[in-house]
Amino acid sequence: MPDTITLQVARYRPDIEREPTLQDYVVPLRKEWAVLDGLNYIKDQLDGTLSFRWSCRMGICGSCGMSVNGDPKLTCATFLDDYAPGPVRVEPLANFPIVRDLVVEINDFMLKLRRVKPWLMRDQHKPLDEGEYLQTPEELDDYKKYSLCINCMLCYSACPIYGLEPEFLGPAAIALAQRYNLDSRDEGAHQRLDVLSTDEGVWACTYVGECTVACPKGVDPAGAIQRYKLIAAKESMLDLLWPRGAR
Amino acid sequence: MHRRRSTAEPVAWLLFSSGGMVSALLLPVLLLLFGVLFPLGLVSPPDHGHLLAVLSHPITRLVLFGLLVLSLFHWAHRFRYTLFEGLQLRRLDTLITTLCYGGAIVGSVIAARVLLS
Amino acid sequence: MSSVDDLAPLYRRPVSVFWWARRRSYLLFVLRELSSVAVAWTVVYLLLMANAVFSGAAAYQRFLDWSGRPWLILINVVALLFLLLHAVTWFNLAPQAIVVRLKGRRVPPRLRGRLVPPRLVAAAHFSAWLVASALVAWILLGVG
Repeated sequence: MPDTITLQVARYRPDIEREPTLQDYVVPLRKEWAVLDGLNYIKDQLDGTLSFRWSCRMGICGSCGMSVNGDPKLTCATFLDDYAPGPVRVEPLANFPIVRDLVVEINDFMLKLRRVKPWLMRDQHKPLDEGEYLQTPEELDDYKKYSLCINCMLCYSACPIYGLEPEFLGPAAIALAQRYNLDSRDEGAHQRLDVLSTDEGVWACTYVGECTVACPKGVDPAGAIQRYKLIAAKESMLDLLWPRGAR
Repeated sequence: MHRRRSTAEPVAWLLFSSGGMVSALLLPVLLLLFGVLFPLGLVSPPDHGHLLAVLSHPITRLVLFGLLVLSLFHWAHRFRYTLFEGLQLRRLDTLITTLCYGGAIVGSVIAARVLLS
Repeated sequence: MSSVDDLAPLYRRPVSVFWWARRRSYLLFVLRELSSVAVAWTVVYLLLMANAVFSGAAAYQRFLDWSGRPWLILINVVALLFLLLHAVTWFNLAPQAIVVRLKGRRVPPRLRGRLVPPRLVAAAHFSAWLVASALVAWILLGVG
């Protein structure tokens, strides 16, 4: 195995350049090194001006998502020797505006997560002295995989619809809504319908399926969205023929 | 600020979805027979009398009509989105929607005249 | 909520007109979506056939002769390939959208609460495809 590998890293310094460029760095090629280790080597030893997000370095915080050779990846879980002899192109996550170097603007995503009301909603709360809400293992299974999202945004990066239409609510937000809709303790599905059954909600999705392919946690947002389309369509037809007020 | 709940999209999607299912199940064998095997002479086509009897049967008429109409609305929905995304023509939304669903409606009327009259 | 845009210019990367050609999975997606044109063509073709049949034996014969033209056969072969793409991708994607958990009194206790395996859902669709196709062929080619 060769000693080193070249990383072609996107640079964008708004005070210096008008658009992003690629800068080459030669980093050691060690067997256990991830792309993130390469980036940290650059920052520590070669070029302290490089900016990028990272935190846990073990695939759970969702901070280090970037585009590696055009694919959305967690850089802490993407290994350099899989790309040997290189070069490896490291760019900011696609479909997001670039703040600086490898750092993207994530406000849009954060706002969308909030819009789907990601908390348990009840029509009637049980009195405290009646104890906690019980849930069987099967009921947990119904929504469990949708609860595994680490908000890494790789799915938004993989989704061509989000790239073309930034108002699209997006895979993670809809999967998160499903995490609550399918939770047996939740009674808020009808409220979330108003957010999800819109032109920029589930109806913008054309089931490309790349979000599920990109997801590092097996959340399957594509499946969540398709299941929801059927529910939303059924609810809409019901509301049309038998409005809520009269039910 | 954000759009209201859509009334048209759920209906459009249900039509697209059912059209997708029936077209996937039934159109391939029909096109294989009438478009490839019969014209190539690999299988001899049914004689006119038999085919007329099959097509004249009320159940055949209804099922075929349903199949063709749903398939047209499947095309309308999917093609509309292909133009939006593939050719990035969202700005021509009204025109595209009119042409796609208009086409499906015209096709349905023609199908009714051919099959149900 | 103030955005970082206030502090320094954000760079927004433009989306290429050929975004769908950049990845194999996007290309396959667009081809799948274009199969809807083959669906519409098949509808037109079948209507022409039905119209010919209802117009009499001579019209039906003219339709059969017309359908034998090489350029038309080529069009129909291409359309058939797209129809197959549509059917295969549709039935393979169905399990992701159809998630059924076995519930209720009529389900044997051993299986209660279990998820219907995705492969079974897909297999059921492909079987239905086979049965439907065989039925149609049998009706059309059957006792004359």
